[in-house]
Amino acid sequence: MTEHSLPALAAGTAPAPTAEPPPPTDAVPAAQRVIPLRHPRRWVATAVVLVLLAQIVHGLAANRFYQWDRFAYWFMRPVITDGLLITLQVTVYSALLGLAGGILLALGRLSGNPVLRVVSWLYVWLFRSVPLIVVLLFLYNFSALYQSLSLGVPFGPAFVHFDESRLATDTAVAVVGLSLNEAAYAAEVVRAGILSVDQGQHEAAASLGLPRRYQFTRIVFPQALRAIVPAYVNQLIGLVKSTSLVFYVSLLDLFGTVQSMGSTYPGDIVPLLLVATVWYVILTSAVSVVQFYVERHYSRGALRSVPPTPLQRLGAAVRELRARAGKEAAL
Amino acid sequence: MTAQAAPAALEVRGVHKAYGAQRVLDGVDLTVPPGQVTVILGPSGSGKSTLLRVINHLERPDAGHVILGGELIGVRRHGDRLKELGERAILRQRSRIGFVFQNFNLFPHLTVLENVAAAPVATGQLGRREAQEQARGLLDRVGLADRAGAYPRQLSGGQQQRVAIARALALRPGIVLFDEPTSALDPELVGEVLSVIKGLATGGTTLVVVTHEIGFAREVADHVVFLDGGRIVEQGPPAVVLDHPRHPRTKEFLSRVL
Repeated sequence: MTEHSLPALAAGTAPAPTAEPPPPTDAVPAAQRVIPLRHPRRWVATAVVLVLLAQIVHGLAANRFYQWDRFAYWFMRPVITDGLLITLQVTVYSALLGLAGGILLALGRLSGNPVLRVVSWLYVWLFRSVPLIVVLLFLYNFSALYQSLSLGVPFGPAFVHFDESRLATDTAVAVVGLSLNEAAYAAEVVRAGILSVDQGQHEAAASLGLPRRYQFTRIVFPQALRAIVPAYVNQLIGLVKSTSLVFYVSLLDLFGTVQSMGSTYPGDIVPLLLVATVWYVILTSAVSVVQFYVERHYSRGALRSVPPTPLQRLGAAVRELRARAGKEAAL
Repeated sequence: MTAQAAPAALEVRGVHKAYGAQRVLDGVDLTVPPGQVTVILGPSGSGKSTLLRVINHLERPDAGHVILGGELIGVRRHGDRLKELGERAILRQRSRIGFVFQNFNLFPHLTVLENVAAAPVATGQLGRREAQEQARGLLDRVGLADRAGAYPRQLSGGQQQRVAIARALALRPGIVLFDEPTSALDPELVGEVLSVIKGLATGGTTLVVVTHEIGFAREVADHVVFLDGGRIVEQGPPAVVLDHPRHPRTKEFLSRVL
């Protein structure tokens, strides 16, 4: 092959001095250290915010109304953790089914086939228009409307037969309802992600003759995920809290359990609500942590260097403090 | 190095392409003998890029056809008519045509090595290990063996374009098409990309290059084509077209870019 000269990357080749340097103004020493601007008003604002925060914490801790002893009593009760497990179960199933449905719907909306495009659009339009609670109650009453469900040719013979009442357990109703709803929103999130990938990527994949499925799964979708993940996590956090609606189809999730315990022990309603609140906060926090690492994973190549994790940042801060302390001790 | 496929002959016959009412290609005929380098010149909007994209069927011509190595591209004969091929067959044909884009279009989420090794594996030409071995060889050939583990955005534009050329060569194409390969580069980076293309030219690969680099055309091209308003208005050896153009449009264009 041919030799080709790479441009020399000689760093710091300073331009040759052309004339006498201008005389220094006010005769300041050339390498004088610059003291950064101080921000006294920031310290005032910090103090005000800290005082307010302390008052809120004090109010939470000292007010009898919250009954923290009852909170501690309920927090890990089996009846509560059973409800929590149902919430988790319903969330995970609906998130996975909803995302799968969303990907299919997004592909339908971006497809060249007009029938697929219209049907996907209609689905999204319908399920974004109907309130989730209506969908859930509809499904709950489904077994009354249709005694049995069969798969087969319309108006023709049926191939598979389901007995509706056996199929429709409370969990199934909840998962199906949430997934149907979730898929409609996920479809738009996924579609936005796919559209965010540069057209040149599609062209490069096509011009290399990559098989169609490979183009989507290995080239376009991984890049789309960078845009999809934050939006879908938003969606997911909404879903975690939407699961509290399954109480209305008589499924005892976290919120349902709290509600029913609250009516049995009316004096404990406030600590019970606090229990639910804290568990929901823990769940969404866990989702946010996962989001951080998933986003970091899919930023490979998009950023010149991947940002440090909070742990790495903490480590760096500790090292710096130690180094500074060491230096001061040496002085 | 790995064996290169035999250079393929290209024939473009009566190609027409319009976007709505706008005619982009208006009856283009072009013959490129195997192993020869053809440079396509022309003002912007003259249909240069569209012509290249018709050759690998990224665009479907409205009429006319392209024959590469004796095989119709993107269509098949059906009686006395031409019918577009299925997507799978078109993809298989494209894998034998290298294409280098103005904006590189490297896959940003894959490393340099993965960019070069992906297509031979995905199309079933090579096993993973052989593809990676070949990719290292190709990267060495474009002078980037040491950047195999980097991501495209960590490279300069010139380096990215050289990776893109290696990626196009990984499928051992019979022809490589270049769509303004140096137009997105800083002037000081143009040379490194052109020298890689020159290396391919002397190596005997069939090349079709759309470019504004007249010096490159003079030095490397066997044949220069001047395109204007979707038609070839003048073509011939570089010494004739570049130094003694006959058509007024060619004269005007050359006087402006030289």
